[in-house]
Amino acid sequence: MALVEIKNLHKSFGSNHVLRGIDFTVEQGEVVCVIGPSGSGKSTLLRCVNLLEVPQQGEVIVRGEEITDPDCHLDAARAGIGMVFQQFNLFPHLSVLANCTVAQTTVLRRKASEAEQVARANLDRVGLNDKVHAFPAQLSGGQQQRVAIARALSMDPALMLFDEPTSALDPELVGDVLTVMRKLALEGMTMLVVTHEMAFAREVADRVVFMDGGVIVEQGPPAEVIGNPQEERTQLFLRRVLDPTHVQDL
Amino acid sequence: MSTQSDTVVRKGLSPRKRAQRSRLIQYAVLVAVALFALFSADWGQIGSVFFKPEFIKSTFQDGVLQALVKTLEYTAGAFVIGLAGGTVLALMRLSSVGPYRWLATAYIEFFRGLPAIVVFIAFSLLPLAFEGMTIPWDPYGVVWLALGIVAAAYMAEVIRAGIQAVPKGQIEAARSLGMPPGLALRKIVLPQAFRIVLPPLTNDLILLVKDSSLVFMIGVAADGYELTGFGRDLANTYSNLTPIVVCGFCYLIITLPLGILVRRLEARAEKSR
Ligand SMILES: Nc1ncnc2c1ncn2[C@@H]1O[C@H](COP(=O)(O)OP(=O)(O)O)[C@@H](O)[C@H]1O
Ligand SMILES: [Mg+2]
Repeated sequence: MALVEIKNLHKSFGSNHVLRGIDFTVEQGEVVCVIGPSGSGKSTLLRCVNLLEVPQQGEVIVRGEEITDPDCHLDAARAGIGMVFQQFNLFPHLSVLANCTVAQTTVLRRKASEAEQVARANLDRVGLNDKVHAFPAQLSGGQQQRVAIARALSMDPALMLFDEPTSALDPELVGDVLTVMRKLALEGMTMLVVTHEMAFAREVADRVVFMDGGVIVEQGPPAEVIGNPQEERTQLFLRRVLDPTHVQDL
Repeated sequence: MSTQSDTVVRKGLSPRKRAQRSRLIQYAVLVAVALFALFSADWGQIGSVFFKPEFIKSTFQDGVLQALVKTLEYTAGAFVIGLAGGTVLALMRLSSVGPYRWLATAYIEFFRGLPAIVVFIAFSLLPLAFEGMTIPWDPYGVVWLALGIVAAAYMAEVIRAGIQAVPKGQIEAARSLGMPPGLALRKIVLPQAFRIVLPPLTNDLILLVKDSSLVFMIGVAADGYELTGFGRDLANTYSNLTPIVVCGFCYLIITLPLGILVRRLEARAEKSR
């Protein structure tokens, strides 16, 4: 059974029909990268997976549980889905360690000592075990994003969602974050990643999904979708992304 | 503005010269007023009415410090009630349930629109109107309540603005970790909101210190006098203003440091932005 199953998903903001019938699945251990032009609904799709956005129509099933069902225990389901935001969204009033323990102790009801142990292990995983007592404002953007990843990992999620995790970073800091994500992928984490990093998608993704205008236009192995796109819209998009003189258009 | 005609009229002077001359005139006026005050006022009279040393001494002996403590106690209790009530009202105003919003709005507009003294007069008449009615912890209960329900209305608006100033991404991050709304509010939103509203809330505390002077409207017993009631009573007894002046200084001892604290907090908030 697929870890994530999305059926005929529709989402509108007012009269703006953003998702126009999305069907797709993510298998256990799979790394799926979602690419596409700005405004095509990538973030909205990702946010529907943990119901930060509530779709008007369609089903989202995660680990066999239909989270679009009004009777679903949404908070419990969300605790098992890690999310990493473009703007990090670390809790500025909490230390790095507390950022990683607050949901463990309150949502998962772990003991403080256990939560701290888990948090330290995950901060170690993202290479920040020396920043445990720092506050978010004292860290660089790249470090903050790695803390955000550790925070999500500390909940032992079955699935990680990344929404353009490197788009708000200075170019020289992008590499550290991608390295962490690459490592996660190698460890077998199921990941759904919205990204503009084509090199990363090509190297790490098991499957690439190209979205445009609220629909999935094309999907498949990166070598096919990025290397040899069949659809004209995909070709146009990739030409603009991969040609440095057009990067601004994004 | 008639900048054009100004430049025409004062063609002869450079802006710097002009600023210099303006400053000179201001100093001249200041010196003139000071000299006039110095020679025209009866300083001996002023000193003996406002700053008579033996009355300063007896003001202390009669217990101005106890009155100061009462002012602090009244203010502190009212601040706690205002803070708790204000937080509840702020959350009600942000509620998705319409009647909560309407109730909170009505409360806030009502008590912000009234002079505080009207509320105090109403409280002073309560035991008359409802015979046998008592508010516990006399006189603290009634004072805290009267001051607190007004303070809550003011603080509610400040706290609401603070809650709304917390970025939406914070709530989304908390919810995505599985925190239910109440938990996200307690652990993530409110701590940040209170940090944001610390300067304006301290301003409200200063207002509260001053509003505690209205307590004498309720008619507390002499041993419940705070600074204003105490000072007024003593000034009447002596037919001299010195006790009031001493009490005034006592207020400043509280409010001035708080004012400095507000500016520090504001500067810090500005820097971290
Ligand atoms: N909360 C929202 N309210 C209204 N419109 C929104 C909201 N979020 C996204 N949109 C709109 O949905 C469309 C798709 O947005 P998004 O999913 O962020 O695209 P992408 O991530 O691919 O750039 C855009 O037109 C955007 O303006
Ligand atoms: Mg987006």
